[in-house]
Amino acid sequence: MTDPERLRAALRETPRWEWVDTVLTAAGERPETIGRSFVQAGRRAGRAPLPGVPGWTADEATRALLLAALPADRVETEIGDLYRYGDADEKRAVLKALPMLAVGAAGLPLLHDAIRTNDARLLAAALGPYARHLHQAAWRQAVLKCVFMDVPLTAVDGLDERADRELAAMLAAFADERAAAGRLFPADAAALLDRLTREES
Amino acid sequence: MRVFDPHIHMTSRTTDDYARMATAGVRAVVEPAFWLGQPRTNPGSFTDYFDSLIGWEPYRAAQFGIVHHATIALNPKEANDPRCRPVLDLLPRYLDKDRVVAVGEIGYDSMTPEEDDAFERQLALAVEHDLPALVHTPHRDKANGVRRTMEVVAASGIAPERVAVDHLNEVTVGIVHDSGCWMGFSVYPETKMSPPRMVEVLRRYGPDRVLVNSAADWGVSDPLLTLETGTAMLAAGFSEDDVDRVLWRNPVEFYGQSGRLDLTGAGTGAGRPTFAGSSIKRGGS
Repeated sequence: MTDPERLRAALRETPRWEWVDTVLTAAGERPETIGRSFVQAGRRAGRAPLPGVPGWTADEATRALLLAALPADRVETEIGDLYRYGDADEKRAVLKALPMLAVGAAGLPLLHDAIRTNDARLLAAALGPYARHLHQAAWRQAVLKCVFMDVPLTAVDGLDERADRELAAMLAAFADERAAAGRLFPADAAALLDRLTREES
Repeated sequence: MRVFDPHIHMTSRTTDDYARMATAGVRAVVEPAFWLGQPRTNPGSFTDYFDSLIGWEPYRAAQFGIVHHATIALNPKEANDPRCRPVLDLLPRYLDKDRVVAVGEIGYDSMTPEEDDAFERQLALAVEHDLPALVHTPHRDKANGVRRTMEVVAASGIAPERVAVDHLNEVTVGIVHDSGCWMGFSVYPETKMSPPRMVEVLRRYGPDRVLVNSAADWGVSDPLLTLETGTAMLAAGFSEDDVDRVLWRNPVEFYGQSGRLDLTGAGTGAGRPTFAGSSIKRGGS
């Protein structure tokens, strides 16, 4: 799991650090400032991939750190609000930040919302480490939805540890449907199905 | 021919439209918030709509290599409904978003005191958020509506070059031309403007500060009439550079004033869905 310190260290090396540092301090001291700094992170911190932290962009890292900088009693309300009124990039940043925040399972409704969308970016972001809070049935459906929407299964944290016989059966049925329609079944899903059925035999 | 449609309601259009537009050369669009045919009755309907304009719709457009931005506002028609007006207090949240490049559509429908108030307040929001404004002009009593619009714009203190006054025609273009504001024209199959009439306006007033849009929505409209206008311009002797200026560089210049126009990926789709792959690459995880 990526931790805030790693994100902070990487951001410190970027040319936009001064702005980031200012808004992070403000978020801790005056949490009401997060509304504006969170929305402006793309324009002010940049959207480039963050050197040394694969899978994170500067704006996502800034937004995650903003949430992590909030006083503990404000985090739950703010993640709900910022996600509700966020555009896709902001929603994605909230989802990716969840594993770093001391919110317990309170972020679960956001995961359900993201998985309901047909936006591949949100679906992928919902299946990070925080997805351990999802019930197994919801998690299986989300994995199957990834296959359905061509989201690479590398997006799913802890895939092999959590994949079970029920998921294998769902994947096999889906592979049959695709075969009947003469359509391709994604290679990563076929490989997962293969691993799951081999373990069983 | 590369086309930036500065005013189109893609929410009401199908993926077939996106595919046809991309194949024909439309690479960028701006979708102004407006009414949906069926009147809304509460602010929540607006916020869900705004979310779609900055969330789902750009995602859908990107699958076809079309870059999508939005303008956000309470439209003049629904500004008259007291049940909808509280949405004015929710606008600042949306006016700060990355893909919001103007306040709009604002302006007049029936020129009521309620419309005056919403128009003035939203011009002030444009100034406050450092955004241009997209101003709708009424379909009925249009010439009076345009004159009154120009008075309100002048009184607001917003710079004229940061305002586009839309749905103009032969009768109303002169009033706006003299003001220094941008002149918007909606080319429709039957009403508003047609490609040949648009060519005549361009002959008379030149390509400066002119925006040509399809304003395609849920009514009788056609997202390819911008291109047809370009073709009519060429047939009438305008140069390819003139066409590029009107159909691409002008909207880029107008909305570019927001500082938020990001045309990365424009024209990369050629009518085939591509977004899912690149988006995952973009975010990783």
